Amino acid sequence: MILGIIEHDGVQLDPYGLQMLTFARDLSARLNTSLEAVLIGKSAESSGEQIKNFGISKVHLIQHERLEHYAPEAWAESVIQLLADKKADLAVAAGTERGNELMAHIAAKLDLPLASNCSEISHGDGLEITRLRWGGSLLEETSLRDNVKLLTLALNIVEAQESSANPVDFEAFTPTLEDKDFRVQLSGREENTAEGVTLKTASLVVGGGRGVGSAEGFKVLEELAECLGGVVGGSRVATNNGWRPHTQQVGLTGNRISPKLYIACGISGAIQHLVGCKAAKNILVINVDREAPFFSKADYGVLGDLHEVVPALISEIKKVQ
Amino acid sequence: MNILVCVKRVPDPGTKIELTADSRAVDTSKLGFTISPHEECAVEEAVQMIEEHGGEGTVLTLGLPESDAQLRDALAVGMERGILIETDGSDWDPGQTAKAIAAAIEEDQTRHGPFDLLMFGNESADSGGFQVGIRVANALDLPCITGVKSMEMEDGQLVCKREYGDGWEVYKIPLPAVVTVKEGLNLPRHPSLRGTMKAKKKKIEFVQPEKVSAQLVMNRLRHPAETSKEVEILGEGAAAAPKVIELLRKLEVL
Ligand SMILES: Cc1cc2nc3c(=O)[nH]c(=O)nc-3n(C[C@H](O)[C@H](O)[C@H](O)COP(=O)(O)OP(=O)(O)OC[C@H]3O[C@@H](n4cnc5c(N)ncnc54)[C@H](O)[C@@H]3O)c2cc1C
Repeated sequence: MILGIIEHDGVQLDPYGLQMLTFARDLSARLNTSLEAVLIGKSAESSGEQIKNFGISKVHLIQHERLEHYAPEAWAESVIQLLADKKADLAVAAGTERGNELMAHIAAKLDLPLASNCSEISHGDGLEITRLRWGGSLLEETSLRDNVKLLTLALNIVEAQESSANPVDFEAFTPTLEDKDFRVQLSGREENTAEGVTLKTASLVVGGGRGVGSAEGFKVLEELAECLGGVVGGSRVATNNGWRPHTQQVGLTGNRISPKLYIACGISGAIQHLVGCKAAKNILVINVDREAPFFSKADYGVLGDLHEVVPALISEIKKVQ
Repeated sequence: MNILVCVKRVPDPGTKIELTADSRAVDTSKLGFTISPHEECAVEEAVQMIEEHGGEGTVLTLGLPESDAQLRDALAVGMERGILIETDGSDWDPGQTAKAIAAAIEEDQTRHGPFDLLMFGNESADSGGFQVGIRVANALDLPCITGVKSMEMEDGQLVCKREYGDGWEVYKIPLPAVVTVKEGLNLPRHPSLRGTMKAKKKKIEFVQPEKVSAQLVMNRLRHPAETSKEVEILGEGAAAAPKVIELLRKLEVL
């Protein structure tokens, strides 16, 4: 039996959790086994309603008076007890921050391997798994042979797809938890005060790299972004030099962006940067060097000094606006 | 406050990752190496905390003997001593890595006293397993907070924040503890010439680990299928502006 662990906010199921269910549903059919969902926390039942459209017939509601707030070890301990109780042979969560954290605690406590951020699974001797390295720039093939297999699914590998609506059977499970399981517990939340579009959701991003040359140099990029209703991002060179805050970094250790158009100015196109912008629908590169690798990953290019090209663009846009 | 930071030496592949002939490793023969960005921030944070609260910083890595270059980089910005758990360059899975690190920490603590704080990168830049810090925390029975982008001591407690959804989650824990951090936590300083000179005299201890059997065996590495693109050059310099305007109109962003 496969247990799919889904995050929720008490009202909605996490969209990545729904991707995971879609993936796990297909996997359970291929492995000829059943898929049951797991929801943790007090108000889980209401968000469980959404689940019935995902071809799930049983949902385990892990409930405990102290499980209201996220507590990674208490969650892990609860899932471990459920795994044993149901004799499940595979547990999967979405490869979110929490999903990876939870599964890693489970793996550590059970001394089992964890295949994180998987993208493909096939059935062989055990399970043959493909997982992401370098943020997806490289793939690793590995095998899981243990009796209980633990994995997380990389984000955006599959689209969440509903299937036949089933009547869902909700089954409560109460774990036995100790004080120690709650030594790390969410103690508060702070909302971002900044309003408006963020880098992650913007439909137009103007990015700048070493070629911009200074914090000052970003002024024209800001102006261009403003003219087009977009936001500014940067390469790690731009953030590491303190020209831009790290919150604006695009790439492996920054943000993953998916705008309609990414205008990349003075950025060479290192793989760690490309990881962050490969979901952009269109890429326009402005670079002085025709040999810059970014040109071979872009849809459009302008060859030239960004300090000339960008101001020319702005004045042309202002003429027609 | 005694802090241990665990760092990983990773290649800096630039624009293309080349594989070795047997596809079992990244061909690093032409590559430079660096500490992962997350861990650079861990080192910086440790140095700042020690500047504020006193104590000593230790930096640890598991890797080839030449990983001492990365330890020296950390020693050059203010860490005091290094521990290098020596490997032969073969693949170590997250479980093996964590067990060797936990054993080295326990051994070190018997001689140098306990660490108050153990820091890791949230995930390594290359293999990205998201678990070594958590496994070490479990092995040493310590609390662990992951994905941290802000941390400070408040009334003897460590207050950490991490991004979640559109906001931040706040966690408070007493020390000793394990924290895994992400780039953006701070802006790492560059080593000064004096720092680099001093680092040469600082002590690095080489440790021979016991390698338990692997749980997650890597069979092969491969490249993802690529959709090759043919770039359309719109023009050169400022003269390209009208063509770009046409494009912006076509894409309906103008
Ligand atoms: C583990 C790891 C993680 C990393 N994570 C990230 C990440 O998340 N994001 C990221 O961006 N990087 C990341 N990096 C760094 C990455 O490898 C590159 O070093 C970085 O992306 C290069 O930034 P750049 O393109 O701005 O600079 P460069 O590579 O120096 O390129 C500058 C480009 O600007 C062009 N140029 C110069 N002057 C002008 C001008 N006047 N007009 C037009 N063009 C000009 C040059 O021709 C060149 O192509 C990471 C590295 C490592 C090792």
